[in-house]
Amino acid sequence: MKRAIGLAAIAAMTASAALAETVAPTNVTLADGVIEVSLTGQPGDPVEGRKVFANRKQGNCLACHINSDLSEEIFHGEVGPPIDGVADRWSAGELRAIVTNSKMVFEGTIMPAFYIDSGYERPLEDFAGKSILSAQQVEDVVAYLMTLKEE
Amino acid sequence: MNLKLWITLAVGSVSTAAIAQDSNELVIEGETLVTETAAPAHLEDFDTIYSGWRFRSSETQALETDDFDNPAFVFVDQGLDLWEEVDGSAGKACASCHEDVEDFAGLRTKLPRVQDGELVAMEDLVNGCRTERMGAEPWKWSGGKMTAMTALIGLQSRGMPVGVKIDGEAAPFWEKGKELYYTRVGQLDMACSNCHENNYGVMIRADHLSQGQINGFPTYRLKNAKLNSIHARFKGCMKNIRAEPFKEGGDEFKALELYLASRGQGLSVETPSVRN
Repeated sequence: MKRAIGLAAIAAMTASAALAETVAPTNVTLADGVIEVSLTGQPGDPVEGRKVFANRKQGNCLACHINSDLSEEIFHGEVGPPIDGVADRWSAGELRAIVTNSKMVFEGTIMPAFYIDSGYERPLEDFAGKSILSAQQVEDVVAYLMTLKEE
Repeated sequence: MNLKLWITLAVGSVSTAAIAQDSNELVIEGETLVTETAAPAHLEDFDTIYSGWRFRSSETQALETDDFDNPAFVFVDQGLDLWEEVDGSAGKACASCHEDVEDFAGLRTKLPRVQDGELVAMEDLVNGCRTERMGAEPWKWSGGKMTAMTALIGLQSRGMPVGVKIDGEAAPFWEKGKELYYTRVGQLDMACSNCHENNYGVMIRADHLSQGQINGFPTYRLKNAKLNSIHARFKGCMKNIRAEPFKEGGDEFKALELYLASRGQGLSVETPSVRN
Protein backbone atom coordinates (compact mmCIF):
# COMPACT_ATOMS: atom_id res chain seq x y z
CA MET A 1 0.00 0.00 0.00
CA LYS A 2 2.61 2.47 1.10
CA ARG A 3 4.77 1.49 -1.78
CA ALA A 4 1.92 1.96 -4.29
CA ILE A 5 1.31 5.49 -3.01
CA GLY A 6 5.02 6.18 -3.22
CA LEU A 7 5.11 5.06 -6.84
CA ALA A 8 2.05 7.11 -7.68
CA ALA A 9 3.66 10.17 -6.11
CA ILE A 10 6.82 9.65 -8.12
CA ALA A 11 4.80 9.18 -11.30
CA ALA A 12 2.89 12.41 -10.60
CA MET A 13 6.12 14.31 -9.96
CA THR A 14 7.64 12.98 -13.15
CA ALA A 15 4.54 13.98 -15.12
CA SER A 16 4.52 17.52 -13.74
CA ALA A 17 8.24 17.82 -14.40
CA ALA A 18 7.64 16.85 -18.03
CA LEU A 19 4.74 19.30 -18.31
CA ALA A 20 6.81 22.09 -16.84
CA GLU A 21 9.33 21.71 -19.64
CA THR A 22 6.76 21.88 -22.44
CA VAL A 23 6.52 25.35 -23.94
CA ALA A 24 2.91 26.51 -24.37
CA PRO A 25 2.02 27.88 -27.83
CA THR A 26 1.81 31.45 -26.55
CA ASN A 27 5.25 31.21 -24.90
CA VAL A 28 7.19 30.02 -27.93
CA THR A 29 10.18 32.20 -28.77
CA LEU A 30 10.57 32.41 -32.54
CA ALA A 31 13.36 34.80 -33.55
CA ASP A 32 14.93 35.32 -36.99
CA GLY A 33 13.10 32.31 -38.38
CA VAL A 34 14.47 29.96 -35.74
CA ILE A 35 13.25 28.19 -32.59
CA GLU A 36 16.44 26.88 -31.05
CA VAL A 37 15.10 24.87 -28.12
CA SER A 38 12.90 21.77 -28.24
CA LEU A 39 9.27 22.58 -27.35
CA THR A 40 9.24 19.61 -24.98
CA GLY A 41 12.78 19.88 -23.72
CA GLN A 42 13.36 16.44 -25.26
CA PRO A 43 14.39 15.21 -28.70
CA GLY A 44 11.49 14.02 -30.87
CA ASP A 45 10.88 10.51 -32.17
CA PRO A 46 11.41 10.30 -35.97
CA VAL A 47 9.35 7.10 -36.27
CA GLU A 48 6.32 8.80 -34.69
CA GLY A 49 7.02 11.94 -36.73
CA ARG A 50 6.75 10.00 -39.96
CA LYS A 51 3.26 8.85 -38.91
CA VAL A 52 2.20 12.37 -37.94
CA PHE A 53 3.48 13.68 -41.29
CA ALA A 54 1.22 11.30 -43.24
CA ASN A 55 -1.84 11.19 -40.97
CA ARG A 56 -4.72 13.21 -42.44
CA LYS A 57 -6.07 14.09 -38.98
CA GLN A 58 -2.68 15.21 -37.67
CA GLY A 59 0.04 16.83 -39.77
CA ASN A 60 -1.45 15.86 -43.13
CA CYS A 61 1.76 17.32 -44.55
CA LEU A 62 1.34 15.13 -47.64
CA ALA A 63 -1.70 17.22 -48.59
CA CYS A 64 0.73 19.85 -49.87
CA HIS A 65 4.23 18.31 -50.02
CA ILE A 66 5.69 15.50 -52.12
CA ASN A 67 7.83 13.15 -50.02
CA SER A 68 9.60 10.18 -51.66
CA ASP A 69 10.19 8.61 -48.26
CA LEU A 70 6.41 8.02 -48.04
CA SER A 71 6.00 6.54 -51.51
CA GLU A 72 3.64 3.90 -50.09
CA GLU A 73 1.05 6.67 -49.70
CA ILE A 74 -0.58 7.22 -53.10
CA PHE A 75 -1.50 10.93 -53.14
CA HIS A 76 1.06 13.66 -52.53
CA GLY A 77 0.11 17.31 -52.92
CA GLU A 78 2.00 19.96 -54.86
CA VAL A 79 1.04 23.19 -53.09
CA GLY A 80 4.32 23.50 -51.15
CA PRO A 81 7.90 22.55 -52.04
CA PRO A 82 8.96 18.86 -52.07
CA ILE A 83 10.29 17.58 -48.76
CA ASP A 84 13.05 15.36 -50.19
CA GLY A 85 16.41 16.37 -48.75
CA VAL A 86 14.82 18.98 -46.49
CA ALA A 87 17.45 18.37 -43.79
CA ASP A 88 20.17 19.46 -46.22
CA ARG A 89 18.50 22.83 -46.66
CA TRP A 90 17.32 23.71 -43.15
CA SER A 91 18.54 23.30 -39.59
CA ALA A 92 16.39 21.69 -36.88
CA GLY A 93 15.76 25.13 -35.37
CA GLU A 94 14.55 26.49 -38.71
CA LEU A 95 12.32 23.48 -39.35
CA ARG A 96 10.87 23.79 -35.84
CA ALA A 97 10.01 27.43 -36.56
CA ILE A 98 8.44 26.60 -39.96
CA VAL A 99 6.28 23.81 -38.52
CA THR A 100 5.32 25.87 -35.46
CA ASN A 101 4.32 29.04 -37.27
CA SER A 102 5.36 29.31 -40.90
CA LYS A 103 3.81 32.76 -41.22
CA MET A 104 6.58 34.09 -39.01
CA VAL A 105 9.10 32.77 -41.54
CA PHE A 106 7.33 33.22 -44.90
CA GLU A 107 4.99 36.20 -44.90
CA GLY A 108 1.58 35.46 -46.41
CA THR A 109 2.17 31.72 -46.82
CA ILE A 110 -0.80 29.36 -47.19
CA MET A 111 0.88 26.91 -44.77
CA PRO A 112 -0.99 26.57 -41.48
CA ALA A 113 0.75 27.25 -38.18
CA PHE A 114 0.81 23.88 -36.41
CA TYR A 115 1.57 25.11 -32.92
CA ILE A 116 -0.57 28.15 -32.17
CA ASP A 117 -3.79 28.01 -30.16
CA SER A 118 -5.14 31.51 -30.84
CA GLY A 119 -5.03 34.20 -33.49
CA TYR A 120 -7.24 32.42 -36.00
CA GLU A 121 -10.90 33.38 -36.66
CA ARG A 122 -14.12 31.30 -36.59
CA PRO A 123 -12.60 27.93 -35.65
CA LEU A 124 -15.00 24.98 -35.49
CA GLU A 125 -15.91 24.47 -31.86
CA ASP A 126 -13.95 21.23 -31.54
CA PHE A 127 -10.72 23.01 -32.51
CA ALA A 128 -11.17 26.36 -30.75
CA GLY A 129 -8.27 27.24 -28.46
CA LYS A 130 -6.25 24.27 -29.66
CA SER A 131 -3.15 23.84 -31.77
CA ILE A 132 -3.19 21.46 -34.75
CA LEU A 133 -0.30 19.44 -33.30
CA SER A 134 0.95 18.97 -29.74
CA ALA A 135 4.46 20.07 -28.75
CA GLN A 136 5.49 16.41 -28.78
CA GLN A 137 4.10 15.93 -32.29
CA VAL A 138 5.96 19.02 -33.56
CA GLU A 139 9.19 17.65 -32.11
CA ASP A 140 8.51 14.23 -33.63
CA VAL A 141 7.94 15.79 -37.07
CA VAL A 142 11.12 17.89 -36.76
CA ALA A 143 13.09 14.78 -35.77
CA TYR A 144 11.64 12.95 -38.78
CA LEU A 145 12.40 15.82 -41.18
CA MET A 146 16.01 15.84 -39.96
CA THR A 147 16.35 12.26 -41.26
CA LEU A 148 15.49 13.36 -44.82
CA LYS A 149 18.95 13.95 -46.30
CA GLU A 150 20.04 13.51 -49.88
CA GLU A 151 23.63 14.74 -49.72
CA MET B 1 17.79 27.60 -48.15
CA ASN B 2 17.56 31.36 -48.07
CA LEU B 3 14.35 33.31 -48.42
CA LYS B 4 15.10 34.54 -51.93
CA LEU B 5 15.59 31.04 -53.29
CA TRP B 6 12.36 29.94 -51.64
CA ILE B 7 10.45 32.79 -53.27
CA THR B 8 11.94 31.91 -56.66
CA LEU B 9 10.77 28.33 -56.24
CA ALA B 10 7.33 29.47 -55.09
CA VAL B 11 6.92 31.70 -58.13
CA GLY B 12 8.06 28.83 -60.32
CA SER B 13 5.36 26.55 -58.94
CA VAL B 14 2.68 29.20 -59.44
CA SER B 15 3.51 29.63 -63.11
CA THR B 16 3.36 25.84 -63.55
CA ALA B 17 -0.04 25.94 -61.90
CA ALA B 18 -1.39 28.39 -64.43
CA ILE B 19 -1.10 25.89 -67.26
CA ALA B 20 -2.20 22.80 -65.36
CA GLN B 21 -5.82 22.60 -66.50
CA ASP B 22 -6.36 20.51 -69.61
CA SER B 23 -7.32 21.78 -73.07
CA ASN B 24 -10.42 19.63 -73.60
CA GLU B 25 -13.53 21.12 -75.19
CA LEU B 26 -16.89 20.67 -73.50
CA VAL B 27 -19.61 19.72 -75.95
CA ILE B 28 -22.95 18.77 -74.44
CA GLU B 29 -25.58 17.29 -76.71
CA GLY B 30 -23.88 18.92 -79.72
CA GLU B 31 -23.55 22.36 -78.17
CA THR B 32 -20.07 23.76 -77.37
CA LEU B 33 -19.82 25.43 -73.98
CA VAL B 34 -17.37 28.15 -72.92
CA THR B 35 -15.05 26.65 -70.29
CA GLU B 36 -12.28 29.20 -70.79
CA THR B 37 -12.46 32.94 -71.37
CA ALA B 38 -10.75 36.22 -70.58
CA ALA B 39 -11.02 37.12 -66.91
CA PRO B 40 -13.40 39.96 -66.05
CA ALA B 41 -11.73 43.36 -65.57
CA HIS B 42 -12.19 43.34 -61.79
CA LEU B 43 -9.95 40.26 -61.43
CA GLU B 44 -6.38 41.45 -61.05
CA ASP B 45 -4.59 38.15 -60.58
CA PHE B 46 -5.93 36.15 -63.53
CA ASP B 47 -5.81 36.67 -67.26
CA THR B 48 -7.98 33.65 -68.00
CA ILE B 49 -10.79 31.92 -66.14
CA TYR B 50 -11.62 28.24 -66.44
CA SER B 51 -14.60 26.12 -65.55
CA GLY B 52 -13.99 23.48 -62.90
CA TRP B 53 -14.80 20.92 -65.63
CA ARG B 54 -11.32 21.52 -67.07
CA PHE B 55 -9.67 20.26 -63.89
CA ARG B 56 -11.53 16.95 -63.68
CA SER B 57 -10.46 13.53 -64.95
CA SER B 58 -11.53 12.51 -68.44
CA GLU B 59 -13.92 9.92 -66.95
CA THR B 60 -15.66 12.57 -64.84
CA GLN B 61 -15.66 15.02 -67.75
CA ALA B 62 -17.35 12.47 -70.02
CA LEU B 63 -20.32 12.11 -67.66
CA GLU B 64 -21.30 15.72 -68.29
CA THR B 65 -21.24 15.56 -72.07
CA ASP B 66 -24.35 13.42 -72.48
CA ASP B 67 -27.57 14.05 -70.58
CA PHE B 68 -28.34 10.35 -70.58
CA ASP B 69 -25.03 9.60 -68.81
CA ASN B 70 -25.19 12.62 -66.50
CA PRO B 71 -26.43 11.27 -63.13
CA ALA B 72 -27.83 14.73 -62.26
CA PHE B 73 -30.68 14.21 -64.72
CA VAL B 74 -32.37 11.76 -62.37
CA PHE B 75 -32.84 14.78 -60.11
CA VAL B 76 -33.83 17.10 -62.96
CA ASP B 77 -36.65 14.63 -63.66
CA GLN B 78 -37.67 14.82 -60.00
CA GLY B 79 -37.67 18.60 -60.43
CA LEU B 80 -40.09 18.24 -63.35
CA ASP B 81 -42.44 16.16 -61.17
CA LEU B 82 -42.24 18.78 -58.42
CA TRP B 83 -42.96 21.48 -61.00
CA GLU B 84 -46.34 19.87 -61.65
CA GLU B 85 -47.09 18.92 -58.05
CA VAL B 86 -49.81 20.90 -56.22
CA ASP B 87 -48.73 21.87 -52.72
CA GLY B 88 -49.90 24.34 -50.03
CA SER B 89 -53.13 26.06 -49.02
CA ALA B 90 -53.63 27.86 -52.35
CA GLY B 91 -53.87 24.55 -54.21
CA LYS B 92 -51.21 25.54 -56.71
CA ALA B 93 -48.17 24.03 -58.39
CA CYS B 94 -45.31 25.94 -60.06
CA ALA B 95 -47.02 25.08 -63.34
CA SER B 96 -50.21 26.87 -62.22
CA CYS B 97 -48.55 30.28 -62.67
CA HIS B 98 -45.51 29.56 -64.86
CA GLU B 99 -46.64 28.24 -68.20
CA ASP B 100 -43.35 26.64 -69.17
CA VAL B 101 -40.13 26.16 -67.21
CA GLU B 102 -38.27 27.16 -70.39
CA ASP B 103 -39.44 30.71 -69.72
CA PHE B 104 -36.71 30.79 -67.09
CA ALA B 105 -33.96 30.69 -69.73
CA GLY B 106 -31.38 33.28 -68.70
CA LEU B 107 -32.40 33.53 -65.06
CA ARG B 108 -29.46 31.48 -63.75
CA THR B 109 -26.97 33.84 -65.41
CA LYS B 110 -28.26 36.85 -63.44
CA LEU B 111 -28.38 35.39 -59.94
CA PRO B 112 -27.91 36.33 -57.20
CA ARG B 113 -29.40 39.79 -57.78
CA VAL B 114 -30.73 42.67 -55.70
CA GLN B 115 -34.51 42.94 -55.26
CA ASP B 116 -36.10 45.50 -52.94
CA GLY B 117 -32.73 46.24 -51.38
CA GLU B 118 -31.91 42.61 -50.60
CA LEU B 119 -29.63 40.15 -52.31
CA VAL B 120 -31.67 37.16 -53.46
CA ALA B 121 -30.51 33.76 -54.70
CA MET B 122 -32.53 31.29 -56.77
CA GLU B 123 -33.46 29.40 -53.61
CA ASP B 124 -35.02 32.61 -52.22
CA LEU B 125 -37.12 33.01 -55.37
CA VAL B 126 -38.34 29.40 -55.19
CA ASN B 127 -39.21 29.65 -51.51
CA GLY B 128 -40.79 33.07 -52.04
CA CYS B 129 -43.20 31.49 -54.51
CA ARG B 130 -43.87 28.58 -52.20
CA THR B 131 -44.66 30.62 -49.11
CA GLU B 132 -46.31 33.69 -50.67
CA ARG B 133 -48.16 32.33 -53.69
CA MET B 134 -48.69 28.66 -52.89
CA GLY B 135 -49.18 28.84 -49.14
CA ALA B 136 -46.68 26.00 -48.84
CA GLU B 137 -43.79 25.35 -46.49
CA PRO B 138 -40.40 26.62 -47.65
CA TRP B 139 -37.93 23.97 -48.77
CA LYS B 140 -34.64 23.44 -46.96
CA TRP B 141 -31.90 25.47 -48.70
CA SER B 142 -29.80 22.49 -49.78
CA GLY B 143 -32.41 19.75 -49.51
CA GLY B 144 -33.23 17.30 -52.30
CA LYS B 145 -36.41 19.06 -53.46
CA MET B 146 -34.72 22.45 -53.64
CA THR B 147 -31.66 21.22 -55.54
CA ALA B 148 -33.90 19.27 -57.94
CA MET B 149 -35.83 22.48 -58.67
CA THR B 150 -32.76 24.74 -58.96
CA ALA B 151 -31.18 22.17 -61.29
CA LEU B 152 -34.29 22.16 -63.49
CA ILE B 153 -34.52 25.96 -63.58
CA GLY B 154 -30.75 26.41 -63.99
CA LEU B 155 -30.69 23.94 -66.87
CA GLN B 156 -32.85 26.33 -68.91
CA SER B 157 -29.83 28.69 -69.00
CA ARG B 158 -27.26 26.04 -69.92
CA GLY B 159 -24.79 27.40 -72.47
CA MET B 160 -25.60 31.03 -71.70
CA PRO B 161 -22.81 33.22 -70.25
CA VAL B 162 -22.76 34.06 -66.55
CA GLY B 163 -23.49 37.78 -66.26
CA VAL B 164 -24.33 38.97 -62.77
CA LYS B 165 -24.72 42.65 -61.99
CA ILE B 166 -22.06 43.91 -59.59
CA ASP B 167 -22.44 47.68 -59.75
CA GLY B 168 -25.13 50.05 -58.53
CA GLU B 169 -27.11 48.63 -55.64
CA ALA B 170 -25.32 45.28 -56.00
CA ALA B 171 -21.94 46.91 -55.23
CA PRO B 172 -22.03 46.74 -51.42
CA PHE B 173 -23.02 43.05 -51.52
CA TRP B 174 -20.26 42.36 -54.02
CA GLU B 175 -17.69 44.17 -51.86
CA LYS B 176 -18.75 42.13 -48.85
CA GLY B 177 -18.39 38.90 -50.82
CA LYS B 178 -14.96 39.95 -52.03
CA GLU B 179 -13.85 40.67 -48.48
CA LEU B 180 -15.01 37.21 -47.37
CA TYR B 181 -13.14 35.62 -50.27
CA TYR B 182 -9.84 37.06 -49.06
CA THR B 183 -10.39 36.60 -45.31
CA ARG B 184 -8.55 33.76 -43.60
CA VAL B 185 -10.66 31.63 -41.26
CA GLY B 186 -10.54 28.40 -39.29
CA GLN B 187 -7.85 26.62 -37.35
CA LEU B 188 -5.99 26.15 -40.65
CA ASP B 189 -6.29 29.91 -41.18
CA MET B 190 -6.96 29.94 -44.91
CA ALA B 191 -8.95 32.13 -47.30
CA CYS B 192 -10.70 30.97 -50.48
CA SER B 193 -7.96 32.78 -52.40
CA ASN B 194 -5.14 30.73 -50.87
CA CYS B 195 -6.27 27.61 -52.71
CA HIS B 196 -8.46 28.76 -55.60
CA GLU B 197 -6.58 31.88 -56.70
CA ASN B 198 -2.95 31.26 -55.70
CA ASN B 199 -2.80 27.49 -56.17
CA TYR B 200 -5.37 26.40 -58.73
CA GLY B 201 -4.15 23.71 -61.09
CA VAL B 202 -2.04 21.85 -58.54
CA MET B 203 -2.88 18.79 -56.47
CA ILE B 204 -3.87 19.09 -52.82
CA ARG B 205 -3.38 15.49 -51.84
CA ALA B 206 -5.86 13.58 -54.09
CA ASP B 207 -7.75 16.63 -55.31
CA HIS B 208 -6.94 18.85 -58.28
CA LEU B 209 -7.52 22.45 -57.19
CA SER B 210 -9.76 24.44 -59.53
CA GLN B 211 -10.50 28.16 -59.61
CA GLY B 212 -13.61 27.48 -57.55
CA GLN B 213 -16.02 28.62 -60.27
CA ILE B 214 -19.73 28.16 -59.53
CA ASN B 215 -21.14 28.14 -63.08
CA GLY B 216 -22.21 24.48 -62.87
CA PHE B 217 -24.32 24.44 -59.69
CA PRO B 218 -26.18 22.64 -58.36
CA THR B 219 -23.52 20.08 -59.17
CA TYR B 220 -23.70 16.31 -58.99
CA ARG B 221 -20.73 15.05 -56.98
CA LEU B 222 -19.49 11.49 -57.35
CA LYS B 223 -18.33 11.82 -53.75
CA ASN B 224 -21.87 11.92 -52.31
CA ALA B 225 -23.97 10.86 -55.32
CA LYS B 226 -26.40 13.78 -55.12
CA LEU B 227 -26.89 17.37 -56.19
CA ASN B 228 -24.97 19.89 -54.10
CA SER B 229 -25.99 23.51 -53.69
CA ILE B 230 -23.50 26.36 -53.88
CA HIS B 231 -23.87 27.13 -50.17
CA ALA B 232 -23.47 23.46 -49.19
CA ARG B 233 -20.18 23.47 -51.09
CA PHE B 234 -19.05 26.62 -49.25
CA LYS B 235 -19.92 24.89 -46.01
CA GLY B 236 -17.84 21.85 -46.96
CA CYS B 237 -14.84 24.02 -47.81
CA MET B 238 -15.09 25.87 -44.51
CA LYS B 239 -15.26 22.65 -42.52
CA ASN B 240 -12.19 21.36 -44.37
CA ILE B 241 -10.21 24.28 -43.00
CA ARG B 242 -11.79 23.70 -39.57
CA ALA B 243 -13.82 26.92 -39.72
CA GLU B 244 -17.33 27.41 -38.35
CA PRO B 245 -19.42 27.70 -41.55
CA PHE B 246 -21.77 30.59 -42.16
CA LYS B 247 -25.47 29.78 -42.42
CA GLU B 248 -26.78 28.40 -45.73
CA GLY B 249 -29.00 31.08 -47.23
CA GLY B 250 -27.48 33.71 -44.91
CA ASP B 251 -26.13 37.13 -45.91
CA GLU B 252 -22.47 36.04 -45.92
CA PHE B 253 -22.90 33.08 -48.26
CA LYS B 254 -25.19 35.03 -50.60
CA ALA B 255 -22.60 37.83 -50.82
CA LEU B 256 -19.87 35.26 -51.47
CA GLU B 257 -22.07 33.62 -54.11
CA LEU B 258 -22.43 36.95 -55.92
CA TYR B 259 -18.69 37.62 -55.79
CA LEU B 260 -17.82 34.12 -57.02
CA ALA B 261 -20.38 34.32 -59.81
CA SER B 262 -18.71 37.57 -60.89
CA ARG B 263 -15.33 35.84 -61.04
CA GLY B 264 -16.88 33.55 -63.65
CA GLN B 265 -18.49 36.21 -65.87
CA GLY B 266 -18.55 34.87 -69.42
CA LEU B 267 -18.26 31.17 -68.63
CA SER B 268 -21.23 29.10 -69.81
CA VAL B 269 -23.79 27.98 -67.29
CA GLU B 270 -23.19 24.19 -66.99
CA THR B 271 -26.05 23.35 -64.66
CA PRO B 272 -26.28 20.54 -63.72
CA SER B 273 -22.54 19.79 -63.86
CA VAL B 274 -20.70 16.66 -62.72
CA ARG B 275 -17.68 16.84 -60.43
CA ASN B 276 -15.79 14.48 -58.16
